[in-house]
Amino acid sequence: MRKLKESIIEKLILLCGLASVFFVVLIFLFLLKEGLAVFKTISLKDFILGKSWYPISEPAQLGILPLIMGSFLVTIGAAIISIPIGVGCAIYIAEIAPLRLKEILKVGIELLAAIPSVVLGFIGMVTIVPLVKSIFHLPTGLTAISGSIMLAFMAMPTIVSIAEDALYSVPKIYKEGAFALGATHWQTIYRVVLPAASSGIVAAVMLGIGRVIGETMAVMMITGNAAVMPNSILAPVRTLTATIAAEMGEAVVGSEHYFALFGIGIVLFIISFCINVTADLFLHRNK
Amino acid sequence: MISAKIAIKNLNLWYSDFQALKNVNTTFVANKISAMIGPSGCGKSTLLRTFDRMNDLIEGVRVDGQILIDQENIFDPKMDLVKLRKKVGMVFQRPNPFPLSIYENIVFGERIHKSNLKRDQLDESVEISLKSVLLWEELKDKLKKPALRLSLEQKQRLCIARLIAVKPEVLLMDEPCSALDPQATARIEELMRELKNKYTIIIVTHNMQQAARVSDDTGFMLLGELIEFGHTQEIFTAPKDKRTEDYITGRYG
Repeated sequence: MRKLKESIIEKLILLCGLASVFFVVLIFLFLLKEGLAVFKTISLKDFILGKSWYPISEPAQLGILPLIMGSFLVTIGAAIISIPIGVGCAIYIAEIAPLRLKEILKVGIELLAAIPSVVLGFIGMVTIVPLVKSIFHLPTGLTAISGSIMLAFMAMPTIVSIAEDALYSVPKIYKEGAFALGATHWQTIYRVVLPAASSGIVAAVMLGIGRVIGETMAVMMITGNAAVMPNSILAPVRTLTATIAAEMGEAVVGSEHYFALFGIGIVLFIISFCINVTADLFLHRNK
Repeated sequence: MISAKIAIKNLNLWYSDFQALKNVNTTFVANKISAMIGPSGCGKSTLLRTFDRMNDLIEGVRVDGQILIDQENIFDPKMDLVKLRKKVGMVFQRPNPFPLSIYENIVFGERIHKSNLKRDQLDESVEISLKSVLLWEELKDKLKKPALRLSLEQKQRLCIARLIAVKPEVLLMDEPCSALDPQATARIEELMRELKNKYTIIIVTHNMQQAARVSDDTGFMLLGELIEFGHTQEIFTAPKDKRTEDYITGRYG
């Protein structure tokens, strides 16, 4: 009787496990089926490297390079801002901050992670956008850099919490060894703790960047949404994600445009997948 | 005693409210191995960690009294901790090479203490340090390999080599063999005997046989007090204090 119960429970759990895999496979197949259809009308090269995205002109031009560049610019900008601040913050929390302050900071970081992206986008729209406009004397503040700044805030909690974890799990005996050799606090952090935690920190950065690339709402609200080749970080851009979100509603099902949006979905999927796998490799390298 | 390398005077230490060391007085002589023995929690590791002020890292530690190393009080507010820890090196219970290459582990001390080092200076110091712990032949072709891949005994030797590279005068060893098997332990003890010609060695051990085998002087500690300190042979054959006798004959501990 007991054995039977055990085996039923085991089967149920197995089913739950399989279900998640099953749905992932279904979603992936659907994405492939719809997305690959775009290549009936346009070559892979023209799709990825085409410089104009005019999906509803006649004939439709479906080059997504401006969108890739848009995502790329926003992501690079966000990375440049969030990596030093995020890693610095993680070092401060893990190594330097007194206990009380540490707890307060950690709560703060968690709160930052809890802000819905649409709210961040909204705040960015009324604060950062006018600021960027007036600082750089631009006709509009809806630019790649505004998106970068806002997304940096979203990447930060991921980077800080995972990097802090990595730093914290550096064995205490390494630090003692360094101190016993006469190293100062900073020398110990810089020469022992950081190298020991390096793979975890890289993983933290990758996951933070993954979050940025996949983000949709905030970028749609503050990057200007112009699907043209950006010539600088101060120009309006449109990201891959924002394109899908903005256009899927009005694309005719089964049209070239519709398939192209799914094609973008595949590109996004591949990018995020690569980033997550890299992060995972780094995270488990030392185990 | 004239050649006292380290003199402890009326040393008391508290962890918050708990008094871990009670009025300890003794001297350690240069070029000898002194062993500190006693049941766990008796304060022997705490005592060891006061010599290079590693206890400073623990919150709520309070010390009074003096430790004079070469006639210099290490608790003097003007004491340069970096200088102290260069002079007084420590080997830990669990071998703790840094997650760097073997080479970088050894030159770590020089890198943090000196600037613009020449490559051949570093190479030379790696060779000297590894030779002095008898690892050179084994490792000379593997210097770029990660230190964490070494065996436990090699790691512990490497940690000693890493200390030797910063030219200390005192070596503190906190149960340096407790993670090692008996053969490796015997070889590390052999190494200690060799090193004592150049250094003042203080070893903390819970292993009485080890203290008897390797040390010249032995101190017995109990509940934060140094009960007795003297020549190892006397401590083990004719202890003056009843409590020492009880401990070494295995009545408690």
